[in-house]
Amino acid sequence: MRLAVEHPNKLTLITGAEAAAHAMRQINPDVVPVYPITPQTPIIETFAQFVADGRCDSEIINVESEHSAMSAAVGASCAGARVMTATSSQGLALMLEIVYIAAAMRCPIVIAVGSRALSGPINIHCDHSDSMMARDAGCVQLFAENAQEAYDLMIIGQRLAEDRRVLVPVMVMQDGFTITHSAEPVALLPDEAVKEFVGEYEALYPLLDTDHPTTQGPFVLPDYYFELKRQQVDALEAARTVWLELQQDFAEMSGRRYEGFFEAYKLSDADYALVILSSTAGTAKVMIDRLRRKGVKVGLLKPWLFRPFPAKEIAQALEGKRAVAVLDRALSFGSWGPMYLEISAAIGRYLREKPVLYNYIYGLGGRDTPPDLIASVVTDMQSELDPTVLHYLGLRE
Amino acid sequence: MKRYQELPIGGGIPGGATPQLVQTGGWRSGKKPLFNEKLCVNCLLCWVHCPEATMLVEHSQMHGISYEHCKGCGICSQACPTGAIVMVPETNDAPQTPPEKVGEAICVSR
Repeated sequence: MRLAVEHPNKLTLITGAEAAAHAMRQINPDVVPVYPITPQTPIIETFAQFVADGRCDSEIINVESEHSAMSAAVGASCAGARVMTATSSQGLALMLEIVYIAAAMRCPIVIAVGSRALSGPINIHCDHSDSMMARDAGCVQLFAENAQEAYDLMIIGQRLAEDRRVLVPVMVMQDGFTITHSAEPVALLPDEAVKEFVGEYEALYPLLDTDHPTTQGPFVLPDYYFELKRQQVDALEAARTVWLELQQDFAEMSGRRYEGFFEAYKLSDADYALVILSSTAGTAKVMIDRLRRKGVKVGLLKPWLFRPFPAKEIAQALEGKRAVAVLDRALSFGSWGPMYLEISAAIGRYLREKPVLYNYIYGLGGRDTPPDLIASVVTDMQSELDPTVLHYLGLRE
Repeated sequence: MKRYQELPIGGGIPGGATPQLVQTGGWRSGKKPLFNEKLCVNCLLCWVHCPEATMLVEHSQMHGISYEHCKGCGICSQACPTGAIVMVPETNDAPQTPPEKVGEAICVSR
């Protein structure tokens, strides 16, 4: 386990997509059924090159759609194989019917997602409407800020998915283009360290174990369906515990520590807090540093986990703040942003004295969100803008 | 009835399952298959096509129909090449005489 620490990490200049492909190569899944879609394609392109070069021995299945990709993934996973795949946007939408089944059949498939806006109108750029659409499917959902996190979360996600207490698919989100196509220095771990960290997958009821036959995916009537859904609740609850345990193991192996369920950046003494997922959190850090130099006490909460949602811990971290702005990169038409709703519920459930809570929708369809725009949110909070209205960031209105 | 904690993870059935455990005969409405042993050539095509544990076969010998399992889909009567299985109203118990042309068709094909 200490192999990586003994061999200092060398920085490599690669994109987030390439980082995810390296994680897949090192994890060496048995089966990867996949269909290309922008901006996920460079993940599977890079991985396919690794397979072609003999650097890992995965079986890539070139299917005819994402519906088939996830169907093949479920079949292979039930057979007892370690399975990974990757997708984006419409691809995830097409997969989604089978993603629910993968979760219900407790298939620990790791899905790399290059976040992209859902059509229509058709758009290939980043927002979180794809992953938010899948938030109730029963998967663990991890959001990466940068290429390094995308790489690390794929490796942690594999262990998390395959833990006997969890056994559900894990989706690892990295922002389309912003992360998938941008080159950054990434510290890759030695292959042997990753292999040792993820270990071998042993399925609970492998279908190919003919000495112990099982029937999988049977029809379930009202007398048992409810109980089986309740089992999935326990799986997601267990994912919280396992996530925290894995942080220790991962830190020992890599020297990189993911402390808790979210990154708290200059948050503890802040009067104003921003809650942001993924790459825009990085932009916010730049602006927070600038505002701090001017004496504005502002901090950031960046969740790594969206499912299971760390409601209690987030509420506690936001306790005592004057105002909190939740920035959502997805809409829920007829309601407010998905993450705002989670945090509003968490604050309502756990805090007596509640901070003023704002919701901003930003960055849809890849709309740029520069630091000044994030600063305007802090100015809004300082000027006590109406929190009962849903706000839009960077929208012409 | 088992509590959720007692069920196999993922809702699978360790040891395997068989439709013999599920009495689907209650779903049948309208027509039921009627078996005429005299016309049966024991090809077992009905057994191959039936989605349930309806065809009572022992030692490769077709014996009859389990109405506790038959859902009334009628695929057995479609698969039967000799007219040994025909669909009849639920109340009808009399063996059916097969249509004349069925016998002819078999003679021609032989």
